[in-house]
Amino acid sequence: MMAENGKDEAAAGSDGESSLTVERDSNLLRRMEICVAEAEKRSGKNAIGMQETFTVYLIETRSADAAAEGRAQPPDSVWRRYSEFELLRAYLILTYPFFVAPPLPEKRAEFVWHKLSADNMDPDFVERRRIGLENFLLRVASHPGLSNDKILYRFLTEEACWKEAVYETGFQDKADSRLRAFGATFRVRSPQKCFIDMKQYSEELQSHTSQLLRARARVADRVYAVYKVHGNYGRVFSEWSGVEKVMGDGLQSAGHHMDSYAASIDEILEEEEHYADQLKEYLCYAEALRAVCRKHELTQFELETASQDLVSKKQQRDELATGMVRTFSFKGVTNKLFGQEAPEQREARLTMLDELIAEAEDSVTVKTAEREEHVQKAWADILRFKEEKDRDLREALLSYAAMQINMCKKGMQVWSNTRESFLKM
Amino acid sequence: MSVGTPRGLASSGQKPITEIPHPLSAAEESLSPGPDVSISSGGEKDLELTNGTLVENSSPASASSTSTSALLSRLQKHVSTMETYITYRVSTKTTRIEFDLPEYSVRRRYQDFDWLRLKLEETQPTNLIPPLPEKFVMKGVVDRFSEEFVETRMKALDKFLKRVADHPVLSFNPHLNAFLTAKDLNKRQGLALLTKMGESVKHVAGGYKLRARPPEFNAMGEYLDTFSQKLGTIDRIAQRILREQSEYLTELREYASVYSSWAGSEEELQRPLEGVAGCVTTCCGALEDLSENMSQDFLPVLREYVLYTETMKNVLRKRDQSQAEYEGRLEAAVLRKQEDRTPMPLEVEKCQDKMECFNADLKADWERWQCNKRQDFKQLLIGMADKNINYYEKCQTAWESLVTVLQDKQTEDKTSETN
Repeated sequence: MMAENGKDEAAAGSDGESSLTVERDSNLLRRMEICVAEAEKRSGKNAIGMQETFTVYLIETRSADAAAEGRAQPPDSVWRRYSEFELLRAYLILTYPFFVAPPLPEKRAEFVWHKLSADNMDPDFVERRRIGLENFLLRVASHPGLSNDKILYRFLTEEACWKEAVYETGFQDKADSRLRAFGATFRVRSPQKCFIDMKQYSEELQSHTSQLLRARARVADRVYAVYKVHGNYGRVFSEWSGVEKVMGDGLQSAGHHMDSYAASIDEILEEEEHYADQLKEYLCYAEALRAVCRKHELTQFELETASQDLVSKKQQRDELATGMVRTFSFKGVTNKLFGQEAPEQREARLTMLDELIAEAEDSVTVKTAEREEHVQKAWADILRFKEEKDRDLREALLSYAAMQINMCKKGMQVWSNTRESFLKM
Repeated sequence: MSVGTPRGLASSGQKPITEIPHPLSAAEESLSPGPDVSISSGGEKDLELTNGTLVENSSPASASSTSTSALLSRLQKHVSTMETYITYRVSTKTTRIEFDLPEYSVRRRYQDFDWLRLKLEETQPTNLIPPLPEKFVMKGVVDRFSEEFVETRMKALDKFLKRVADHPVLSFNPHLNAFLTAKDLNKRQGLALLTKMGESVKHVAGGYKLRARPPEFNAMGEYLDTFSQKLGTIDRIAQRILREQSEYLTELREYASVYSSWAGSEEELQRPLEGVAGCVTTCCGALEDLSENMSQDFLPVLREYVLYTETMKNVLRKRDQSQAEYEGRLEAAVLRKQEDRTPMPLEVEKCQDKMECFNADLKADWERWQCNKRQDFKQLLIGMADKNINYYEKCQTAWESLVTVLQDKQTEDKTSETN
């Protein structure tokens, strides 16, 4: 059943929350098992020579064949910190601007409800980040386009020298200037409608997920308060039981149940953070999707610009060759004022223009190819993303419902126990 | 208990009871412990309490064949030319010989209950008289004619009558008889007595200080202090929980609407998201019900016990006074006897009798009160637990049905993929 269509639940060794559906058909994950096994605190000097504490994560990889054949092979391991993951992702985004880049777990704790630690060193935060980092690697390693990247492979296998290797690729040079990208959105004439619609959708997805995260955090705050106030019942029942002869035992045990009711909310809300993490993944994904759509606008705009440039140069040459001035130019004005130039000069300029036109034609060819490549690859990836999103989010909603059911069961249990105590009064 | 329409939390304005034709023109019905809700012909809206069973198990005294059961039931808003007030129908079934008929049905207003309580206090000074719900309500804060207020008050009045009817001494009081049977209560007589009563109270209270309270009554006093303190704490906690639940409810509603609006921009995910929105909304409804119950059933009973405790403290104080008076007079008489050999005055003996009677009555009432308290609180707290269990049940059901829907969709997708 699993071999048939190549789709499988990602297991990859961790007993964490990896409930992604990833394709084993893709290259890297077929050859290799990947997991982020542990986290550890380290100390060291940072870029400006100051002492800092940070967390590193252990990436373990193992040949998939070995595991399949049952060979007990110790995994290869590499320690990476969060900033290195960020660097890898930045590299992937700039190198493959037509792919929707898988998300990283958040840099800082956001959408916190008040009790949740916003401290990056908090063990619960670190654990959830570990899971997020693993999800990132699994998604990248199973992505048909990204999984073959050499830098990715070295990230997973070479601890030292990787950073230098990344910078050597010169990927930063591919960064589009913010201004150009921004301008393209407004000045592009004929972007493909599907990309425009998808960009609109990405903005809606971003808005909805962030609204949901905010609302959920507020709800968590409130439900926390309700549960904790019940703890006061625990204390007062206990005190009251001290002056009662007959009712004392029942009240006392009821008080204990109220205490445990109040305490139960902490675990419940901690578990709910996993749901919030899944939503955050898609908040990040929405941003990545938007970036791909805007890249389309940019490539389209650049093509349009190059085409226009070619047209105007051809026109200039035309005018120069025929002597008919159809458009305004300073040359035309100076010609009128100072007389036409000499034939040699004209020839020289014609030749130059011809060269420029050849360059412009090359440019149009290149830009067309770029645009085409982007459209093809991006749209395919967008469709893949769409399916993954629908699957992942449906899973997330299912697991959220399961959490709610669990919460209800716990609540009922405690109140039933409390009721039993009251019966004994 | 009300018919049909959903209600919000107490203190939100509710629609008033519809006006009905003059009470005397309506046929009197005899009521039996029947269904909770009944709509009589003629379009009147009724609120009924059927607490017949309460009488049977509340105290051993009423298990005998000479029992009075007073059912407080239908209420109607009565409009007269002078003022507007609510009357309550009091229905009684009895096998007692002091009553001429086996069944009675009369109309009484709050003033009448107040009168009854006053008479009972006058005529049975050594007994613990159950409390009435509070007399004065601030206009503008609480709607005196709102369904909820009236119902809460009615339950409390019903409880008052039941406790009186269950009391082995109070239930034989002639004023109770009059209250339950007379078509028109002649209350003018009562006012005259009241002024006389006031004088005698002043007479007693003057100048006697209690030296030593017997340990058993001391223990009662201490218990009552602690108990009323704890009750106050529980009341505050319950109110705090209600406030927190109300804020929780507000956020939950917003939460549901976010899911709904997200669903609008999705295709495949539209149904699951709408499903979650629906679940959250269902939970909102369940939470509203829970809060309403706590507000309407739990808090009023709790507060009534605070009143009851205060009443008990007053009785203890009166007992202390009667002991103080006795001891004071005794001391004075002993001194006089030493001086001029006069015999022990009758007054002193009367005081002694009064004090001993008081002590005995109080002890008996205390036992009864403790027993009732235990029953009442057991019922109250179990009710609270039941409401909470019910709330979680409703929520769980909603989420479980969503899971079924989502999982069906999943298997649907999987089978269509492999095909």
